[in-house]
Amino acid sequence: MNADTVAAVQPAVQLEGITKRFPGVVANHDIRITVEPGTVHAIVGENGAGKSTLMKILYGMQKPDEGTIRVNGAEVAFRTPSDAIDAGIGMVHQHFMLADNFTVLENIVLGAEPKRGIGLDVAGARARINELAERHGLRVDPDRLVEDLGVGDRQRVEILKVLYRGARILILDEPTAVLVPQEVDELFENLRELTAGGLTVIFISHKLDEVLNIADAITVIRRGTTVASVIPAEVTARQLAELMVGSELPTPETRESTVTDTVTLSVSGLTMEADGHRPAPAGTSVELYLDRLREEGRRLVLDDVSFDIHEGEILGIAGVEGNGQSELIEAIMGLRPAHGGIRLGDADITPWSTLRRREAGIGYIPEDRHRQGLLLEASLWENRVLGHQTRPPARKGIWVNRRAAKADTARIVKDYDVRTPGVDTLALALSGGNQQKLIVGREMSGKPRFLIAAHPTRGVDVGAQAAIWDHLRDARAAGLAVLLISADLDELIGLSDTLRVIYRGRLVARLDPSDVTPERLGGYMTGAITGTEEA
Amino acid sequence: MPAGLYRALLTVAGAVAAIVLAIIISSVAIIAAGASPGAAFAAFFNYGETERSVVNGITSMLNRSVPLFIAGLAVAVGFRMNLFNIGVEGQYRIAAICAAYVGSTFTAPAPIQIAVIIVVAAAVGGLYALIPAIMKVTRGVNEVISTIMLNYIAISLTAFLVRGPFTGERGEGLLTTSTPEMPQSAWFPNLNWIFEVFGLPAPRGGGLWGFLIVAILLGVGLWVLLERTRFGFEVKASGLNPSAAVASGVNAKKMVIAAMVLSGAIAGLIGLPEILGDKHAFGSNFTPGLGFLGIAVALLGRNKPVGIAVAALLFGFLDQAQGPLQFANVPPSVIMIMQGTIVLLVVIANEITRRLALRREERRAAQELGRNTPVEVAA
Repeated sequence: MNADTVAAVQPAVQLEGITKRFPGVVANHDIRITVEPGTVHAIVGENGAGKSTLMKILYGMQKPDEGTIRVNGAEVAFRTPSDAIDAGIGMVHQHFMLADNFTVLENIVLGAEPKRGIGLDVAGARARINELAERHGLRVDPDRLVEDLGVGDRQRVEILKVLYRGARILILDEPTAVLVPQEVDELFENLRELTAGGLTVIFISHKLDEVLNIADAITVIRRGTTVASVIPAEVTARQLAELMVGSELPTPETRESTVTDTVTLSVSGLTMEADGHRPAPAGTSVELYLDRLREEGRRLVLDDVSFDIHEGEILGIAGVEGNGQSELIEAIMGLRPAHGGIRLGDADITPWSTLRRREAGIGYIPEDRHRQGLLLEASLWENRVLGHQTRPPARKGIWVNRRAAKADTARIVKDYDVRTPGVDTLALALSGGNQQKLIVGREMSGKPRFLIAAHPTRGVDVGAQAAIWDHLRDARAAGLAVLLISADLDELIGLSDTLRVIYRGRLVARLDPSDVTPERLGGYMTGAITGTEEA
Repeated sequence: MPAGLYRALLTVAGAVAAIVLAIIISSVAIIAAGASPGAAFAAFFNYGETERSVVNGITSMLNRSVPLFIAGLAVAVGFRMNLFNIGVEGQYRIAAICAAYVGSTFTAPAPIQIAVIIVVAAAVGGLYALIPAIMKVTRGVNEVISTIMLNYIAISLTAFLVRGPFTGERGEGLLTTSTPEMPQSAWFPNLNWIFEVFGLPAPRGGGLWGFLIVAILLGVGLWVLLERTRFGFEVKASGLNPSAAVASGVNAKKMVIAAMVLSGAIAGLIGLPEILGDKHAFGSNFTPGLGFLGIAVALLGRNKPVGIAVAALLFGFLDQAQGPLQFANVPPSVIMIMQGTIVLLVVIANEITRRLALRREERRAAQELGRNTPVEVAA
């Protein structure tokens, strides 16, 4: 489309220089997106790249610190989602927000009920819904109960709900995540009809093949900023993956292998059921039981995961989030039961409690430090005690050894360059990077043999990131075995001695980080390459 | 100013503001009831003309505060872990009747006899609290629901026990039933000598209950347990961030059971000041409602022993004014209005001051770092 000939047509949505900061983190930085009316515009990026913050800004749930939003050429400043709705923007959430015990009609009008006197104008509402459904080819029966509907139908109800409120611009957040392939095709059919009717669709996803299939234009977000805007006809899935994960590798340092022959952690046949752990029935072996589950088509969040980590080795697990990484960590930490065996050194730790595993020398940098890693409303030294409450220096008999704990916190503050006024400061007063450095310092205390590092540099600034990487490398050189889980492919490739890819709960590939490219890694991660394991 | 001192001052300021507001609101209620607020508030401080009546007033205030303090401690132990033990009410009643009955069945030297009674009360209260704890960790039953239900059972059970299996001989002309009176060795010595030291006359009746000493020791012991020991740390961690506590190796189920049983064991002691110091038996006129009041006292005292002591004294102070208020022609239910408004307002004030303190902490850290941090080096 030539800009000169259609100068009269304003972009449906234009974002310019959008920046959003949270304490210690920049979630969005200088975002620039132009969405033409009547198109499907896809926004792709890894989890944590900043897509959801951006959508919250566009839907009025958060205010940008800098930048302007234009809708149909007019500058807007949304304070609440209802401002966005008034401007004709509607959001279809990934998780449906429908009342199961209401009919389709009731759900659609809920919150925007057409009134006649004090009653509900059911006839008027039905006429309007039928008209909308007719025009956009979204077939639903207004009088059915939502609880009787399938996932695809529910999604159509969500879309109708947004249209009913007069939206001309629809944001769909990962709409295909819950759909089976046939439903995806139907959804795409619906989206094409919507755009043919002049509506605009903003489609958020990280599934590249789908994006290439449906989108008229694609914007790629990486690390909080827009890195490219492309036309689907001009790119391949691999190029897109490369844009998404970043092609520039960290300067490959002289990779002196410190891997030894001693196995520190050995995981064998780890399998976890999605709908709660059940022990194998008496008289059946675990293998037979699991085979039966697989035959029945039960979902396994971890499926026969086995690996060894040696002394001085960093094993990196690559994968799109939600493919079993969190469950793997929880199983190793003893937070969630699973089938299979875990050995630490010579000991079978499968029946051990979390506490005993920690005491035996397992350190844990959690993926969400606020949820699992810190007591935000407690002082730094109390956070130093957390997880070490049964070991010196934090413990003396039944007492917490306050003096020793404070002294050791001061050591961490010094060695790990935690910027804080003192060890009595509350953890919430620190920036994300400094909180993370404290956690890294704590987990490296007490001579751990094995460390789980889940997204160790997520949401921290560049300086802290480099420092944390250095600490991990030093510890590896000193013989620590590390399981590294990260969404940052640069980090994975730069730090790991061995790379494994997890996809739908299975380890699908073993790669050598010294000759892997981010696009090949991305291919395995998204299931685009379904190769066999490399040796 | 050190952060700790600042936080303490802020808390006190918040509490004072809340109490002043409560006085204003209660004044409205007093005027609506057709009395004069001035006369009412004068009545609060009117302990009578004679030294003896002043001593009596102070004694009744302290005697009221002691069980409230213990009840506040019991509730606070649960609150610290986000457990809402509404069952304190039932736990203390069932513990009180069992302890009073056991205490009446034997005679031993006083220290042994009293120690046995205390242990029985704590054990019964703890065991009764164990029921909701087990239901919670095994079946996920919400402790709020189960403890409320168990309260009904406990209250009816004590009513049955006092008339049935545990009943004693009814005294001449008495309408109430009670357990058999305990031997003298089970009578906790009173603290009337304190008044005598100051040259004041001894209060009438049972005097100043000696259980006050036990309550103070209990408060100090609980503070040490919660603030200095590993167990206390695990309680704090579980309360502040349950998922972080679990990831750090704290056994969540064990902690729920430990906290509930400890809460129930403390609750078991609530009835003892009255039984050991005054009634020497559990009767059908035994003071009810202390467990529910304990919830208010714990809230008011921010779940900290010192705060709970202050809150218990405040409630005792308000309660002892019932008599003087009636003389001043003010309906004594004004006290309940005051207690209610104070609790509400203090809870609000606590939340506001907590947020202020946290924000100040963040700002202070940011300022200090802003001053003496070198420019961050990009990697």
